[in-house]
Amino acid sequence: MTLNLVVLALLDGVAYAALLFLVAVGLTLIFGVLGILNIAHGSLYAIGAYVTATLGQWLVAAGYNPWLTFPALVVAAVVVGVVLGGAIERLLLQRIYSKEPILQLLVTFAVFMILENLQRMIWGVQPYYMSEPLTLLGNVSVLGINYTAYQVLFLPLAAVAVLIGLRWFLRHTSMGAQILAVTEDREAATAIGINATRVYLMTFILGACFAALGGALATPTTSLVTGMGANMIVLSFAVAATAGLGQIEGAAISALMIGIARSFAVYLSPELEVIMPYLIMVLVLLVRPSGLFGRETVRKI
Amino acid sequence: MSGGELLLRAEGLKLRFGGIIAADGIDLSLHEGEHLAIIGPNGAGKTTFLNICTGYLTPQGGRVTLGGREITGQPPRRITRAGVARAFQIPQLFTEQTVLENMLIAGAAHARRWNPLRDLHAIPERRAMEEMLELVGCTDVRDRLASELPEGKRKLVDIALALALKPKVLLMDEPTSGVASADKFGVMEVLMNALRAARVSSVFVEHDMEMVRLYATRVAVWAQGVIQMTGRPEVVLNDPDVIRNVIGGGHA
Amino acid sequence: MRPALIAFLVLLAVLAGLPFYADNLTVFVTMCLAKSLAVLGILVLIRADQVSFGHAMYFAIGAYAAAFLSSAWRDIDLTLLVLAAMAASMVAGLLVGLFVTRYRGIFFGMINLAFSMVLYSILEKAFHITGGSDGMRIRRPTLMGFEFKRAEFDIVMFYVSLGIAAVCFLLVWRYLRSPLGQALRAVKTNETRLEYLGLSARHVLLAGYVVSAVLCGLGGVLMGTVQGLATPEHGFWSRSAELVFIAVLGGQGHVAGAFAGTVIFETVRTFAAAILDDSWQLILGVVLIAIILWAPGGLVELWQRATRRRPRPASEPVETGRQSMEVRR
Repeated sequence: MTLNLVVLALLDGVAYAALLFLVAVGLTLIFGVLGILNIAHGSLYAIGAYVTATLGQWLVAAGYNPWLTFPALVVAAVVVGVVLGGAIERLLLQRIYSKEPILQLLVTFAVFMILENLQRMIWGVQPYYMSEPLTLLGNVSVLGINYTAYQVLFLPLAAVAVLIGLRWFLRHTSMGAQILAVTEDREAATAIGINATRVYLMTFILGACFAALGGALATPTTSLVTGMGANMIVLSFAVAATAGLGQIEGAAISALMIGIARSFAVYLSPELEVIMPYLIMVLVLLVRPSGLFGRETVRKI
Repeated sequence: MSGGELLLRAEGLKLRFGGIIAADGIDLSLHEGEHLAIIGPNGAGKTTFLNICTGYLTPQGGRVTLGGREITGQPPRRITRAGVARAFQIPQLFTEQTVLENMLIAGAAHARRWNPLRDLHAIPERRAMEEMLELVGCTDVRDRLASELPEGKRKLVDIALALALKPKVLLMDEPTSGVASADKFGVMEVLMNALRAARVSSVFVEHDMEMVRLYATRVAVWAQGVIQMTGRPEVVLNDPDVIRNVIGGGHA
Repeated sequence: MRPALIAFLVLLAVLAGLPFYADNLTVFVTMCLAKSLAVLGILVLIRADQVSFGHAMYFAIGAYAAAFLSSAWRDIDLTLLVLAAMAASMVAGLLVGLFVTRYRGIFFGMINLAFSMVLYSILEKAFHITGGSDGMRIRRPTLMGFEFKRAEFDIVMFYVSLGIAAVCFLLVWRYLRSPLGQALRAVKTNETRLEYLGLSARHVLLAGYVVSAVLCGLGGVLMGTVQGLATPEHGFWSRSAELVFIAVLGGQGHVAGAFAGTVIFETVRTFAAAILDDSWQLILGVVLIAIILWAPGGLVELWQRATRRRPRPASEPVETGRQSMEVRR
């Protein structure tokens, strides 16, 4: 195992971890606040990616400056997050907050099925590419290894920006305070005048935007294929569960762990690549059933 | 008035949750035939004590023994099988099943009836379970869903479930709370008769001093994480300090 | 329960004559029977209020067990294939179950999904062992020394499946009425109380989990043998989703819902396939949501509402709040 290999695996892992974090943080935020595991999160990731690819391809084909594909990434993510996320929460989730958890789970699972089908109907099964942002940023040299600046610099920076931004948002803005209040105690928050309904909507849209952003940022690095949504929901769940559902900063750490572990597996023992995230999740949960940073709640009797 | 052999004994139990001291060296013992009432201000940690004794919580210091054998920190499952049963302040029932089915599950659990082909309603313990329901006066609601019972009956069924396990010790958390005043006496009377008939010793947390006066054989006063005094009801309940700090202040 | 038993026997008699009066439906009904076994497995877990989003993995394990065995020995007896599938899914169910039954609700559902995705990936990638996405052939087995041609074999498979399904439905029905099975419902409503009765909720759930895995494995071996093929698709998440969908459609109240739901589902799918194959998951999703919002008890509740009988307690939603999301030790 040469130094080259280690550096490559690390860089790869960090880039991948950045994407994992973006999707997982949305999932964990939604769970932490609304108490619902959004199985459709994977589809939001996938559709964010496809919309980005379509938008980017159109921009390039229509002759616009290719640098515009960068803002296109964000625009696509926000559009998908707001439109789809808003629709899901407003039309569907609102009706099931009072239902049994098993039914809530089934509903988000049904949304997942619907979105996966829609995605296949709209974009078909052929692979999509949109690599302008990647090629535009060129390469950098890290310890003698050539790697794309997009993956080594842009992705991790984006992830860190989201992490810091989210932390700041939750602790230093009014909306953030409302979200924290509602999470802590919905009834008490409503009693002091916070509109919990609106908070739920905002939170879900925010989480959806993160998922779509993950997809958007992933687009330049890979070809989009059907099934990426299904893969991503279990992956992001593994990341979120390893950290402890609802743990935002923790998700960054578990994303790094899983991203880097998977990356090493790719280089050293490719058969293990697919299993790696789940292996880590299982190992962590065996030792700490609520996740690395999760708090176990003991029911009062 | 200590009774027969030593059953349950807590020695030096200590437990704190963050800044709150729930137990700071609790020493308490229960002998056979006793019905020990624990009184004290609300939120003082009495329920926590029951939870420690039944294994739901692990103390940070001290130990609990049953008949001399240590049971500290064991899971509720094992402590239950060792002979310590629990009744809850808010009755814990299987809400989607009938009262009889609740009892039958308890009976089957106790007798370890795991034949997957035998109908629950046909287990040999059925007779005993029906008798237990009669003992607590709940035969009339036998076929009703546990979730549809009035509060007093729910309490009795909760206790019946515990008794179905033929325990040596029954720990009860406020057996008459939530029961209408007019029914309290009736519930306690039935309950205590059932306990005596089944030869079960008990510890119960209680706020209603009248109930304590009538049914406890011994009283322990719990305050600030320790047992301040124990003794016969007539002695303890007439103690000026107790009257001032416990009875006068709190009200059931 | 006697009217139900009569209905069951009548249904059995009606089905037993199928190859004589509706020969073209034989294979279709055989596949429905196979699938309904898997749905039955899901129903067992739903008793404890747990949904597995990955049970198709046991379906796949059953089919692949048969595939491996039949490629190792030509003309192997069908009985051995079935036994192998049961053994394989039992062991797998036990191993996964030991881990998964520590969890409830979301974790339970998703960890099952994760395991199934891993299995799917392995089946798909390990080309040299499992044939990759092409899958493995399952050669037509013999039965009690007899070899069969295609047409006869279909009929043999029909009766074998009918027999196995009948026995399983009966056994599961008894199991759910037994103390262990009733304890499953207790796991749903009050695990704490169960522990305080001296019972391990985890063990109760594990027993149910292994039962459900074996049922899925049985479904898988029957389906695979009829189709002559075991593919990774058998274990894909959308297959798990179908099983869950049918279970919810059939209603969690009664085991009969598993078969009724499967037949309706597959009938609709066959008719819709021509026009709506592309939108299949979309329709499933929409219908699932509709059922949950307006008839959570599924078919059985709808039928009971139509015949104006009070729905059995099992199909009434119970307020449990966020209880099942907590981790149980």
